[in-house]
Amino acid sequence: MVDTKVTLSGIELDNPIIPASGTFGFGYEFAELYDINVLGTFSFKGTTKDARFGNPTPRIAECESGLINSVGLQNPGVEKVKAQELPKLKKCFSKPVMANVSGFSVEDYAYTCQMLNDEEQIGWFEVNISCPNVHGGGLAFGTSAKNAELVTKAVKAVTNKPVYIKLSPNVTDITEIAKACEAAGADGISLINTLLGMRIDLKTKKPVVANKMGGFSGPAIFPVALRMVYQCYEAVKIPIIGMGGVSTAEDVVEMMLAGATAVEVGAANLVNPFASKEIIEDLPRVMEKYKISSLKDIIGGAH
Amino acid sequence: MKQLKFKILSNVQIADKVYKMTLSGDTTDIKCGQFVNIQIDGAYLRRPISVCDLEQGVLTIIYKAVGKGTEIMANLDKGTVLDVLTGLGNGYDIAQSGDKPLLIGGGVGVPPMYLLAKELVNEGKKVTVILGFNTKTDAFYMEEFENLGAKVFVSTVDGTLGVKGFVTDALKEIADYTYFYTCGPEPMLKAVYNATATSGQFSFEERMGCGFGACMGCSCKTKYGNKRICKDGPVLVKEEIIW
Ligand SMILES: Cc1cc2nc3c(=O)[nH]c(=O)nc-3n(C[C@H](O)[C@H](O)[C@H](O)COP(=O)(O)OP(=O)(O)OC[C@H]3O[C@@H](n4cnc5c(N)ncnc54)[C@H](O)[C@@H]3O)c2cc1C
Ligand SMILES: Cc1cc2nc3c(=O)[nH]c(=O)nc-3n(C[C@H](O)[C@H](O)[C@H](O)COP(=O)(O)O)c2cc1C
Ligand code: FES
Repeated sequence: MVDTKVTLSGIELDNPIIPASGTFGFGYEFAELYDINVLGTFSFKGTTKDARFGNPTPRIAECESGLINSVGLQNPGVEKVKAQELPKLKKCFSKPVMANVSGFSVEDYAYTCQMLNDEEQIGWFEVNISCPNVHGGGLAFGTSAKNAELVTKAVKAVTNKPVYIKLSPNVTDITEIAKACEAAGADGISLINTLLGMRIDLKTKKPVVANKMGGFSGPAIFPVALRMVYQCYEAVKIPIIGMGGVSTAEDVVEMMLAGATAVEVGAANLVNPFASKEIIEDLPRVMEKYKISSLKDIIGGAH
Repeated sequence: MKQLKFKILSNVQIADKVYKMTLSGDTTDIKCGQFVNIQIDGAYLRRPISVCDLEQGVLTIIYKAVGKGTEIMANLDKGTVLDVLTGLGNGYDIAQSGDKPLLIGGGVGVPPMYLLAKELVNEGKKVTVILGFNTKTDAFYMEEFENLGAKVFVSTVDGTLGVKGFVTDALKEIADYTYFYTCGPEPMLKAVYNATATSGQFSFEERMGCGFGACMGCSCKTKYGNKRICKDGPVLVKEEIIW
């Protein structure tokens, strides 16, 4: 018997697999397909203070081993998330969920987290300071150590739940931002968000997505993500949630060896709706193959 | 939605760059006006294709080879097994049709009209179909619609077959219809919207990340609120559309 349990800021997960924000909705679409209680947890769709339609379409461009998305944080706004989405989620998911939050000002982030703070089912906040798809927000916080610190402090001030800050890879030195979050009191960091990318349609000779650029994710970014998790593990002591291109149980083990305590799965859920479940089912086999009896023991094992 | 394996029974060219593929598998979950999302070896994202026909465990799709994925599909051999998500999208509401429904398909918007016509004919409706193509070598399925018992009009942009012009030029000859259903390129849909006298249903396309409602990649605004083409669509009613 192998042990897949890990602990994320005091909350035990049956396994380290967490479907990533924006690729799993509010869970219930997937609950029609399988019992989502098999998951470690999941991170729900990026929620903002006000409702957002997001960017114009097309929002999706296929890439070699990945995709670009420019959804732009479409969500019904925090009030509707509380009133409509979370009650639906409660019916199909009995574990603590991760609340992914985004904003356009420090006050926005604090407001949304405060609004969600009394939701019992929320186990952790994942504060997205790295969305490449919105102007003046998201990424603007994730590329400045000073802004990352301000957001972290503002959110920590309104909640006692563990706060994970989600970092952008679109920076010169991700460890600098990671350290700023740690110093400001973050309970953990999660990385990476998507890489800013683009595609041009040879027929129209124009960018494929209407917003011209978007966030690149999928298997193609795995080595970049892994490297950044590895670097951050050496830079900070707080736990890391690793993600970026994870598609197999082997990828999960690799991410954990680099330093991740838990691992998010994003794009893979979109091309195979059962991806997260299949990875969980495959973990014991891969652990046995590589003689790993407990996943907890391998975190940061490559250092 | 179901994730299923389908085996290719046939894959043949039926017009310029247009292929008809029949697949055997579990079709119990599939409805008229829905689409399937097909995983293709060599492409990261799945490819959404409309349901053209269903018969006792056999699914028919018709697709045009326009890029990487559909070109790979065109070269797939009989016997190849495909990973397919079925039961996607809302489908057509056939209860609205009235006695004399009009079906308007343009290019690869024609295929979903076939199963719809079949179901409407089975319901005892008097079905009229307009099929629009660019030119004669693009045209397909006229006979198949006629064999169902539908009255068929054809238009081609260059006049090499049927009425010269667009589907809306053929529409000028048809006064008597109770309701309409249409699928085709967006400029055609818009022209149909403006040229039709009754209410109707439109099938839309959008670039998709998932095809089952999870990613918000395919959203559009309607008078009834934001909708995902893949889950709340692809069929929208005339009254809700914002161009
Ligand atoms: C609901 C729905 C039903 C469809 N039904 C049919 C059908 O019955 N027959 C048919 O021939 N075509 C249909 N299409 C269009 C078909 O999906 C595209 O032609 C196909 O995805 C092109 O793939 P490609 O790899 O050949 O092209 P590429 O240009 O190489 O594709 C690149 C990416 O863009 C996407 N893409 C390109 N064109 C379209 C498009 N028009 N709509 C959506 N995504 C696109 C692809 O899926 C892929 O992710 C439908 C589309 C939708 C959304
Ligand atoms: C369609 C789509 C929507 C996303 N939306 C969000 C979001 O709302 N909030 C967020 O923090 N990250 C969002 N992301 C980023 C993912 O959570 C993840 O960080 C990234 O995609 C890398 O993982 P992957 O390669 O496994 O997809 C989104 C990604 C995709 C593909
Ligand atoms: S394509 Fe993902 S929600 Fe429609």
